[in-house]
Amino acid sequence: MMARKLMKGNYAAVCGAALAGCEAYYGYPITPASEIAEAAAAIFPKLGRTFLQAECETASINMVYGAAGCGKRVMTASSGPGISLKQEGLSYCAGSALPCVVVDVMRGGPGLGNIGPEQGDYNQVVKGGGHGNYRVIVLAPNSCQEMCDLTMLAFELADRYRNPVFVLTDGVIGQMMEAVELPEPVTIFPDKSGWAVRGTADTHHLINSIYLAHDELEWWNNELRKKYEEIEKNEVRFEEYMMDDAEYALIGYGCVSRVLRSAVEEGRSKGAKLGLLRPVTLFPFPSKRISELPDRGVKGILTVELSTGQMVHDVNLALCGKARSDFHYRVGGNLPSAAEILDRVSELYGV
Amino acid sequence: MARPAVLRKPLGFVGRYEHKPGAEKNRTHYCPGCGHGILHKLIAEALEDFEITDRAIMISPVGCSVFAYYYFNAGNLQVPHGRAPAVATAVSRANPHAVVMSYQGDGDLAAIGGNHIVQAANRGENIAVFFVNNAIYGMTGGQMAPTTIEGMKTTTTPYGRNPLTDGYPMKISELLDSLHAPVFIARTSLHDPANIRKTRAAVRKAIQYTIEKKGFSLVEVLSMCPSNWKMDAVSSQEWIRDVLIPVFPLGTLRDRGSEAVEMKRPVPTFDPAKVREVLGVGGGKQKALARRRVDPKYADPSIRIAGFGGQGILSAGTAIANVGLEYGYNVSWLPSYGPEMRGGTANCSVKIREGSIGEPEATQPTVVIAMNRPSMEKFEQILKPGGTLIYNSTLIEVEPGRKDVETWAVPITGIADGLGNTKVQSMVAVGAFAGVTGLFGLDDIKGLLPAMFESEAMVLLNEKAVEAGYDYVTGMRR
Repeated sequence: MMARKLMKGNYAAVCGAALAGCEAYYGYPITPASEIAEAAAAIFPKLGRTFLQAECETASINMVYGAAGCGKRVMTASSGPGISLKQEGLSYCAGSALPCVVVDVMRGGPGLGNIGPEQGDYNQVVKGGGHGNYRVIVLAPNSCQEMCDLTMLAFELADRYRNPVFVLTDGVIGQMMEAVELPEPVTIFPDKSGWAVRGTADTHHLINSIYLAHDELEWWNNELRKKYEEIEKNEVRFEEYMMDDAEYALIGYGCVSRVLRSAVEEGRSKGAKLGLLRPVTLFPFPSKRISELPDRGVKGILTVELSTGQMVHDVNLALCGKARSDFHYRVGGNLPSAAEILDRVSELYGV
Repeated sequence: MARPAVLRKPLGFVGRYEHKPGAEKNRTHYCPGCGHGILHKLIAEALEDFEITDRAIMISPVGCSVFAYYYFNAGNLQVPHGRAPAVATAVSRANPHAVVMSYQGDGDLAAIGGNHIVQAANRGENIAVFFVNNAIYGMTGGQMAPTTIEGMKTTTTPYGRNPLTDGYPMKISELLDSLHAPVFIARTSLHDPANIRKTRAAVRKAIQYTIEKKGFSLVEVLSMCPSNWKMDAVSSQEWIRDVLIPVFPLGTLRDRGSEAVEMKRPVPTFDPAKVREVLGVGGGKQKALARRRVDPKYADPSIRIAGFGGQGILSAGTAIANVGLEYGYNVSWLPSYGPEMRGGTANCSVKIREGSIGEPEATQPTVVIAMNRPSMEKFEQILKPGGTLIYNSTLIEVEPGRKDVETWAVPITGIADGLGNTKVQSMVAVGAFAGVTGLFGLDDIKGLLPAMFESEAMVLLNEKAVEAGYDYVTGMRR
């Protein structure tokens, strides 16, 4: 076993970025994501890498656009209000097929809301919140270890598909500390000389999202769509806990999945056959796995969110009316407790 | 020997405008009489003469020059409206050897991108900015720009720009000249050959300083827009001379090129050994401390620590989590976070478990450590029946309300004061926790303190604090 170190989820994300060869961090402070900028400011200069506190969220995502266009592994991070502002640049990154990583440590909304944990950014992140037809890959860590590991994976997927990748988490996972075992640094990086602008004679490329001719823009949208289909085919990730004989499935991501895991354990100790299905990727969504639940003997499906009904729509689309689907949520910075989930399960299913 | 005069495109342009849609690959998309083509050519000639087409990178904005990338023999990035200075910042830092140029109009640079240009200039980014001021939005069809002059009719000021409602024409060069960092700021015009020559010189100076890595240069160029001014080409030139220049005086506002020093950017390393060293990766197998035999009621504790901000609540929790980790347990620590919490109340949840940890919040704690009265009153409510309440009897003068839990009155603040430093009350609490639960050995905690505190004096003081808390509760048990 390698040495494990106690660290915040936010810090772990920066470690993951540094290990993945992220060369530049451009960001703007916002609670509860600020430790990401602070950790990057502390770590990146020691590796000769760039940290810059941008003047605003729009600037930071456009700096990401610039660095990504030059073929650098680059990241930014923020929380809901900042992600709203980054949507313009994200649309350009997606439209220009630029790989980049964005960490969103979600807080309460709408508006200024508060700084407590919430999951209200699901729609604006998972559905591609900017203008135009595009999708971003969304990874949803639920531990400090995964903040590191999935941030590393985010850089790999971003390069593999030339697409923005989100690490979508919440104030709980960002702010909590757990033991993290840091993996070995990445040493092999993809060759981007075929498209990136590097300030050399053989990289007189064009980074661009303009297609004036209608047919050309339609072609480009079709190309993007094919890419998203490829991602849906290859990159679905989820985790199941005690699902083999489960009669009731709890579905949740991020910090909610931690609470649901406790609920499953406690419920099982009282004889209720509960299981947990936790999407690790939100786009692509584990729709197929969820659609199979009714055939696996699952009688009730309870989706739990820190939002008033966002992911549950994807669950319902997957189920297509084939099984009973229920919903429970807390917002405003509040978390459900495991006891609260078990009360809800008992109220809904009588177990 | 003088170069023979051959009429040809400068090498700073691509030979054929392949990115331009349609059949006309040799002609620009600009209107007759427009100034953009002249400025483009001045830049393209400079790229050739400085022999930098290989390492030139052009940032194209949104506006009439959105298609600048059709023309320049360079690496090209087309970017969102107004964001060119932000993109150029990252492009320049990603490629310190490159000559990064940003080409922007007045709506792009002065309106929607106003903050970006100010901030990039203030950081002294090593970029050359070519700023076309034609007092109007061209591409969208003649709306008011920040540079539109008083009384000027546009499609969005049909009765003329009224300063009372629309503000005054914005003088970007003067604005940027108030900043410390820029190296070169000049305003020129394209309305006649003499001024085109001055523009040529300014363009070359800006590019030269960028090549020399001297920092931020901006050339503001007054330029004709016959289409949107609704004039012919000649009248447009005259209008610049007679009307625009009195509002936007020409000249070099700043030239600090001779004082500026060459900018050095860091060289990134991806050497795994260096990355490991900086992040503290590895360090071999971690030898866990020998586990202690723990009374089942204290095993797998779910802990809530609460008190005033400043009482070291979060650091007490961190210390407990760190010690738990050293015994090889799974641990988690969750704070009540954020600046809004500072100075008010603070609390954190710590879990120490043999198995994996589900919910990180101690919603039904088995141990509550209350450092002040509001915290005790709040958190004893959620304490699990049969759980343990350790409370700071120095500050809490009332008895706990719960009778179905184990209570430990420990004068935590008083003990810390007795050691001469109230700040160590958090470590007194850690000692008391260890003494009550038996989860951690006193010597084990002491052995970990050198890694937690920087100075030897602090290590000694905190050793005393942990010991005092530990001894106090074990004394109570006896």
